[in-house]
Amino acid sequence: MNWLRILSAGMLTTVQDLGRFGWAHHGVSASGAADPLALRAGNLLVGNAENAAALEMTLVGAEFAFEQDAIIALTGSDFGAGLPLWRPVEIAARQSLRCGASQSGARAYLCIRGGIAAPKSMGSASVHVMTGVGGRPLRKGDVLAVGNDAVRRPRSAANFPQRWQPRTLLRATPGPQAAWFAGELFGADYCVAEESNRMGLRLRGPSIPSPAGQMITEGVALGAVQVPPDGQPIVLFVEHQTTGGYPKPANVISADFWKLGQLRPRDTVRFESVTIEQALDLLREQEEWLYSL
Amino acid sequence: MTVSAASDRSLLVSFGAAISPEAQRQVTRLTHALDGVRGILNLHPAFVSVLIDFDPRLRTHAEVEALVRRTGSAGGLAAGESKTEPTRLVEIPVVYGGAGGPDLEDVARHAHLSPDEVVALHSSAEYEVAFVGFSTCFPYLSGLPGALATPRLTAPRKHVPAGSVAIGGAQAGVYPLASPGGWRLIGRTPLRLFDPAGEPPALLRMGDRVHFVRVAEAGF
Repeated sequence: MNWLRILSAGMLTTVQDLGRFGWAHHGVSASGAADPLALRAGNLLVGNAENAAALEMTLVGAEFAFEQDAIIALTGSDFGAGLPLWRPVEIAARQSLRCGASQSGARAYLCIRGGIAAPKSMGSASVHVMTGVGGRPLRKGDVLAVGNDAVRRPRSAANFPQRWQPRTLLRATPGPQAAWFAGELFGADYCVAEESNRMGLRLRGPSIPSPAGQMITEGVALGAVQVPPDGQPIVLFVEHQTTGGYPKPANVISADFWKLGQLRPRDTVRFESVTIEQALDLLREQEEWLYSL
Repeated sequence: MTVSAASDRSLLVSFGAAISPEAQRQVTRLTHALDGVRGILNLHPAFVSVLIDFDPRLRTHAEVEALVRRTGSAGGLAAGESKTEPTRLVEIPVVYGGAGGPDLEDVARHAHLSPDEVVALHSSAEYEVAFVGFSTCFPYLSGLPGALATPRLTAPRKHVPAGSVAIGGAQAGVYPLASPGGWRLIGRTPLRLFDPAGEPPALLRMGDRVHFVRVAEAGF
């Protein structure tokens, strides 16, 4: 058996795959990688199925020791590990890998050929940090088994398309209560607040008049922008509540979910309104890029 | 029934603008009928609506809407009902008032009843789990006696302990996890409603019937 040891855990390092689906009606949201594009690309690059479990690091990375030879890919943001990103890299047995503070966005992923062999809870290895479903964040001294789930040869390097940047431009389709708003969300600058987490990204900026209090609680989708009575929008994120009673003028598009995972406190974001058709075209473009890896 | 896009990967199906037993039946039926259908990723039932998350690579909005409308027709209805799980009766022991129920007196004052009368009413009703949702595994219970309906706190508490038995407007509920919350707390149960290792982690499921049973003391 091949092992990976955590020498230091960084700020928040967790095991993630693409999430736990089919449990929202039991009150459990999907969780999963905050930047699913980086996780999928990293897995494809090392020859895994795209849903293999990998490690998600947040703002300050972790340090790892490898028991045996390994093939890894670092994707997402640059955490100063001194290795090329977005390509498979061979690591020799007993070598260590040290990630530091992020030099770009909020998250980096360490994908390892074979996947992390973490126990699954409700069909997923993803840690739901706020509830403890799926386990807990990693600590110094934890030892993780490397799985045997590679499905093809490692690939060559990927070029992350620069035209998809910047992470701070969020495209959004109309939300269920869009008609209750006058488009105040679009065109204004909003700052990502420190108290943002995997449940939600709290934004600070021009107050939006919220007709809260007229709604019957309803289901909420990933990326929904909800406006509570204080007028400061919250973007619901991977560990979001499954239902909510605040009106939602907009919903971030699937093709921009990766940006939500890369936003860091004090980033200034802007929203741009798009149609569902445009959103699906942008998603197709992203899927084509993944297929090309 | 109205069907509208909530995002580029979800539809919101709504059964009216008011909470009613009929809307609740429709919500339950649609949720059971679509559970496990290929390409449907998650179902979020609520009082009068179901949010359907789907994989936009496998399904279009129009296809999912057609599926929903078929489910509402006579043929789909039978298929949906056959998947309905049998209802269970769950008894929830409650220590009313005291430290675990700091709002019992306020609820009594609002209802023009004594605290004992509130407890008698609350523990004699039969509730049904309308849906499980909110932040994590929170059971929304219908069936609260009308006299006990009490507005939520104007400023939510920062910390509500796990197991708090609560009233929010015309709904009853139990906090499965410690969390912030604005419902009125009238007691506390030692029963564990949330177990992260459970599949599902929520003790209560949509459609379960619930009785609250008064107990004198419980080891918390």
